[in-house]
Amino acid sequence: MHPQTTLQSADAAPPMVELRKVSKWYGPFQALKDVSLSVRKGERMIICGPSGSGKSTAIRCVNRLEQHQEGQIFVEGIELTPEFKDIERIRREVGMVFQQFNLFPHLTVLQNLTLAPQRVRKMSRKQAEDLAMRYLSRVRISEQAQKYPSQLSGGQQQRVAIARALCMEPQIMLFDEPTSALDPEMIKEVLDVMVELAEAHMTMICVTHEMGFARTVADTMVFMDHGRIVEVAPPEAFFSNPQNERTKLFLSQLLAH
Amino acid sequence: MISLSVWEIVHFLLLAARWTLLLSAIAFLGGGTAALLLLFLRYAQPRGGATLVRYYIELLQGTPLLLQLFLVFFGLPLLGIEVSPLLAAAVALILYAGAFLAEIWRGCVDAVPRGQWEASAALGLNFISQMRYVILPQALRIAVPPTVGFLVQLLKATALSSIVGFNDLTRAGTIVTNATFQPFLVYGLVALIYFAMCYPLTVCSRFLERKLGSY
Repeated sequence: MHPQTTLQSADAAPPMVELRKVSKWYGPFQALKDVSLSVRKGERMIICGPSGSGKSTAIRCVNRLEQHQEGQIFVEGIELTPEFKDIERIRREVGMVFQQFNLFPHLTVLQNLTLAPQRVRKMSRKQAEDLAMRYLSRVRISEQAQKYPSQLSGGQQQRVAIARALCMEPQIMLFDEPTSALDPEMIKEVLDVMVELAEAHMTMICVTHEMGFARTVADTMVFMDHGRIVEVAPPEAFFSNPQNERTKLFLSQLLAH
Repeated sequence: MISLSVWEIVHFLLLAARWTLLLSAIAFLGGGTAALLLLFLRYAQPRGGATLVRYYIELLQGTPLLLQLFLVFFGLPLLGIEVSPLLAAAVALILYAGAFLAEIWRGCVDAVPRGQWEASAALGLNFISQMRYVILPQALRIAVPPTVGFLVQLLKATALSSIVGFNDLTRAGTIVTNATFQPFLVYGLVALIYFAMCYPLTVCSRFLERKLGSY
């Protein structure tokens, strides 16, 4: 299968996220080279690849934590041009979970979750707290609501981070190596939450090295290397019959241990 | 030469010390307000505003406070503004404190991890909300030791205002010395009173640090 570069067929709904020939440079270094991706509503896309392949950069361009220099990015049909000012509007609909959790250390778990709904969606405190408690139970951590992030384990913190992103009830979730900073015994609890989310058909783009998880939930596997998309395929084809040499090499290294 | 008891000297010095405290408070509050505005300007306009702020800070940090005092005291009348020693000292010290506090607080805001900016941005918070709810509360705790340290410096720096005729503690000491010819006793008492004003500030710093907690 070749990397998707064309628009979806006319009778399908427009893609939730679309990158068209996106390139990005950090000074002289080109981090993204002609990257094109398309994610439909409810699609679960997993991006994998070696360090420095541009996978994190690519998803960070979707909510403009990084700005691309060439090509076009569309989120729910809205183009992220250089002049586009209302980036907060996009960010309300795109949730992000970070490798380093990035919880607000001076706030309790509950306050971490209610901050954005109150200040951005203008909810009342009661509404925001009810919403927060709902998502906290969904990630199975409601008993920790009054604790501070420093009092929680890594796995618990990341689940709080997922709940925090979900409280804004986004249409799209981005995961940037969510389990890479976790001790092995805590990875499962976070992946379980992500699997549940995927099974509820949340549109998600996930950068991860967890191939077991990828095989379980992915609709589309994407392999990136040196800033380019090398291979795009559904998981069965991707894992059992990778087409590209670099993909084969990467998978053999990854699945070796 | 007149003869004064130690208590009379102390009494006179303490009355003047009130003016030192007043000037310090004005300089800190005025400078602090200016520094906050400069801080927001720096982060909201990284290209234009931040450069202006940088020039201002470099100018104020690179020239002696004494000369800044003279320039304000002799310069304001040229603009047609009536200048009392208090006004001149207040204006000069506000400009001075504003520059130093802006730089101290910038360091504290920079010390807040970048992930905090990213997470709050990703949630859709605008710049003002990011600063107010996420960044400044964390920067505040980091800011307590250097800010209180600077406040102590500021209080001692008010001594320079005696040069432009402001009746602060130092000037009172000079007046009494000229009258009693007991410089060591008088200036020794002046130093003690300055210490008595500064020491509680350092205690306050430790208390605030503990109260704001650590993460």
